[in-house]
Amino acid sequence: MALLEIKNLHARVAETGAEILRGIDLSVNAGEVHAIMGPNGSGKSTLAQVLAGNEQYEVSEGSVTYDGHDLLELEADERACEGVFMAFQYPVEIPGVSNSHFLRSAVNAIRRHRGEEEIDAMDFLALVKEKTKILDLSEDLMSRPVNTGFSGGEKKRNEIFQMAVLDPRLAILDETDSGLDIDALRAVADGVNALRSPDRATIVVTHYQRLLNYIVPDFVHVLANGRIVKSGGKELALELEARGYAWVEDELAATEA
Amino acid sequence: MTEKTKQPAEAMSESDAIIEEFASKEYRHGWTTDIETETLPPGLSEEVVRWISAKKGEPEWMTEWRLSAYRQWLKMDEPHWANVEFPPVDYQAISYYSAPKGDKDRPKSLEEVDPKLLETYEKLGIPLREREVLAGVAVDAVFDSVSVATTFKGKLDELGIIFCSMSEAIREHGDLVRKYLGSVVPVGDNFFSALNSAVFSDGSFVYIPPGVRCPMELSTYFRINAQNTGQFERTLIVADEGAEVSYLEGCTAPMRDENQLHAAVVELVVLDDAKIKYSTVQNWYPGDEEGRGGIFNFVTKRGACRGKRSKISWTQVETGSAITWKYPSCLLIGDDSVGEFYSVALTNLRQQADTGTKMVHIGKRTRSTIVSKGISAGRGQNSYRGLVKVARSAENARNYSVCDSMLIGDRCGAHTFPYIEVGNTSSQVEHEATTSKIGEDQIFYCKQRGISEEDAVSMIVNGFCREVFRELPMEFAVEAQKLLSVSLEGSVG
Repeated sequence: MALLEIKNLHARVAETGAEILRGIDLSVNAGEVHAIMGPNGSGKSTLAQVLAGNEQYEVSEGSVTYDGHDLLELEADERACEGVFMAFQYPVEIPGVSNSHFLRSAVNAIRRHRGEEEIDAMDFLALVKEKTKILDLSEDLMSRPVNTGFSGGEKKRNEIFQMAVLDPRLAILDETDSGLDIDALRAVADGVNALRSPDRATIVVTHYQRLLNYIVPDFVHVLANGRIVKSGGKELALELEARGYAWVEDELAATEA
Repeated sequence: MTEKTKQPAEAMSESDAIIEEFASKEYRHGWTTDIETETLPPGLSEEVVRWISAKKGEPEWMTEWRLSAYRQWLKMDEPHWANVEFPPVDYQAISYYSAPKGDKDRPKSLEEVDPKLLETYEKLGIPLREREVLAGVAVDAVFDSVSVATTFKGKLDELGIIFCSMSEAIREHGDLVRKYLGSVVPVGDNFFSALNSAVFSDGSFVYIPPGVRCPMELSTYFRINAQNTGQFERTLIVADEGAEVSYLEGCTAPMRDENQLHAAVVELVVLDDAKIKYSTVQNWYPGDEEGRGGIFNFVTKRGACRGKRSKISWTQVETGSAITWKYPSCLLIGDDSVGEFYSVALTNLRQQADTGTKMVHIGKRTRSTIVSKGISAGRGQNSYRGLVKVARSAENARNYSVCDSMLIGDRCGAHTFPYIEVGNTSSQVEHEATTSKIGEDQIFYCKQRGISEEDAVSMIVNGFCREVFRELPMEFAVEAQKLLSVSLEGSVG
């Protein structure tokens, strides 16, 4: 059975009622990396937000099964405790709260959820030390307030660093490449690749193909107008790069007409 | 006041004095047996003031001081300029003295302290027992107007430090008390300070002799206990030349269903090169969701930096009370003296807070810093009111103020009333203010990492207050953070 099974998922903006997702079907197995691509406004970020449990969106139809359970039943924090992680496109600043305090609270919340003991300070320190190395982050980042005064690259690397520490089963990267220069992009991609594992499923949401040069996906899906209009292997990303999104949109228009 | 009005006033006080003399004789007589009782019936009169003074075995000058305060109070009106609303207080319905137990029944150790009080500390994660041991805190607990425990006295005695109840100070250190009491907050300063001066029950007195740095945090726990008892604490702290002291004041109160008036007066005096750090965590009963039964906290706190290079630092964390009305202030008289005010005020339920500070710059190159963090949740109303006044004499004075407000939910309010008066051209005054709503995006970010909504809110709010918390002594900072979380319980979702 797939780790994540999305069926006919419809979702809209809670405040305005505008429908964004119009029937998504997607199946993701542990160990796989799926790339979700598509033009601006196609709904790819919304899909990430809906999976993470952002209440700004409501699901109007369809189902999402995660590890055999109804994911949509769970609050965002419960989903996180069950191993769903989303790297934010715009990581949020929390002034006055140190990165280490924040992360330790997250680790302990997840441990409590699993009925485990809270992590002891020394073990946490050791865990952090090990993971900062993977992301090539300086340890002083831990004492700085969460994302406050971080550069764009630091924010994104911090997201992947948190992912490394929290060790999720389903990782969703929401436009992690946006706003990164080539070096930062490579650093982030190296981090993600280091975290590839047969137990983990990864969904990479991106507008540009270039991230997929570094994080090579097993599957590529193209989203347009709230639906997956084309799926394929990693070569689909290259074709998109060459021919542009207009190509799939035209193709879609042709089939619908 | 002109000469004309002065004369009749003096004449009156003279005749009053004669009447009193007769009256007091009678009262002393009539009241002697009653001194054995532990609670006064409700009501306020000269008799009551005399009774309190006699009960405490005070010298004549103190009785007179109280009476003059009482007479001034009679001529004053309850002020209503603050941004708070409350039903009229019936000052004749309050009992002005209450002792929970006779002296013989006082707890001699923590084992004898009301378990409910200990329970509250348990809930905050810091049992009293532990706190006492922590960093060698000397505890002078004010238990319903009567001091119940004084420790570490020997160690302080060796250094010449006086730390005792106000009653004891009046009896044992009359000269010091007489010299400084009312010198920072004059008896007639305001309605509540006059009332306090007339009827104050007890409080703390601290004197640090020249050049002595107090080796431990001095601490008092206040608690309001018996029903219908106004609390009128009086605190006086004097740091002589080159002396230093850090004083902690913390309060908890059990559930109640009737409004309680609390009108304390705190005076600080700092001489050349001396420092006082005064920290408060205030956690009195805020009332229920409809605001019933909470405590009215109308406090006058003021410090005078009389000496050169002297410093006063106020840090307060205000989470309790139905109404908080207080402005810990600094009079920066000595050249190069420094005043600081760090404040967190949280209002939830129907709590109202109108709090801030006054920094009055008189000496040259005096500096002040104001950091105020207001948090409003539920139907709480939170006002910052601050005055920065730079006198003409205060050449090259500097002030920096930051005033941030955070709103949680959409039924609360945040207000800012900054007043700035600058009397010369060489001074610099800066004021920054922000108001923000607690971010949905911040909460979602925390939740996406597994942190529950309630923990997320408390984390974000604690982060918002960090600049203030880091000014608190370590163990107090821990309690303050827990308090904030407990106070915010149920404010979201």
